[in-house]
Amino acid sequence: MSVWFWIVVACAAGFLTKLLGYLVPRKLLTNARIARVAGTLTIGLLASLTAANALATGQALTVDARLGALVAAATALWLKAPFLVVVIAGAAAAAGLRLLGAA
Amino acid sequence: MPTDLRHSPGARVGLSIAVATGLYGISFGALSVASGLDVWQTSVLSLLLFSGGSQFAFIGVIAGGGSGPAAAGAAALLGIRNAVYGMQLNALLHPRGWRRVAAAQVTIDESLATSTGQTDPVEQRRGFWVAGVGIFVLWNAFTLVGAFAGDALGDPKRWGLDGAAVAAFLGLLWPRLRSREAGTIAVVCALATVLAVPFVPPGVPILVAAVVAGGIGWFGFRHGPDGKGLEPDVDPYPDLGDRSGATNAGTLR
Repeated sequence: MSVWFWIVVACAAGFLTKLLGYLVPRKLLTNARIARVAGTLTIGLLASLTAANALATGQALTVDARLGALVAAATALWLKAPFLVVVIAGAAAAAGLRLLGAA
Repeated sequence: MPTDLRHSPGARVGLSIAVATGLYGISFGALSVASGLDVWQTSVLSLLLFSGGSQFAFIGVIAGGGSGPAAAGAAALLGIRNAVYGMQLNALLHPRGWRRVAAAQVTIDESLATSTGQTDPVEQRRGFWVAGVGIFVLWNAFTLVGAFAGDALGDPKRWGLDGAAVAAFLGLLWPRLRSREAGTIAVVCALATVLAVPFVPPGVPILVAAVVAGGIGWFGFRHGPDGKGLEPDVDPYPDLGDRSGATNAGTLR
């Protein structure tokens, strides 16, 4: 299947999920357990994406300039930098470390 | 009595959030192109998927060599919280007809946060629409800017764009880590991902972590007032505007 197909699938799923909230009876989603799962899923997925993007290269775990980006981003967030500054700090750290010879 | 639109606190907060959020569409555009998608695919994600976390998840999986189904799966799972937001907003705003469809599309973290940060129903409505539509317009415009810029940059690694992706995910995660339990879930899911990487195809470790997170959410549920910090409605811009009502978003007035 082409990437286009899965883009369309993701977009359809995303929109229908949003619309679902407006269509289902209130009681169903005010269910505290469902709200909790939505919260834990969001945290778990973002943590997983952070780890995978920092350490995984295909099926191998590698330590390279991306780990420096993670540290730089964490430092920027610690200093309450806005999102865009955090992203730029990550890019600068990775690019800088590569200039210095890191993989 | 509601104030006119120029002095509306809801519209003002919505506008500042729209500018701040819309701007970082640049980073999505650039990273999406760096992940291997073309400018068209990047734009379609911003226009139709329109949910920062899901969009970054899709390209994050693709960039790591993951398959289309894994990317779509991660994006869909990250979008589940939007259904909870939609239900809250439906109760606040009661949109009808085409407005309901439009409201659904601009139902994201920031529009919910802006709306529930206001106490007056008129301001809640204004906040939602100004933030939602404002972000939609700016996010898509800046996605294009980022995509063309990313295309022009050439080798994404040389510019540290893979590091920028790591930073973007951490930046999306950070404001949600407001309790010990949230931090624990993040660490456990990151560990589960790292442990799964050598054994399953790229992209699948993220779905493994989703199962772990969903399990913790479902089975770790206790009735009562705990679970603080796990509310899906996190204010990404705590410094902007009046946020006093935001923490009540989950309780539905």
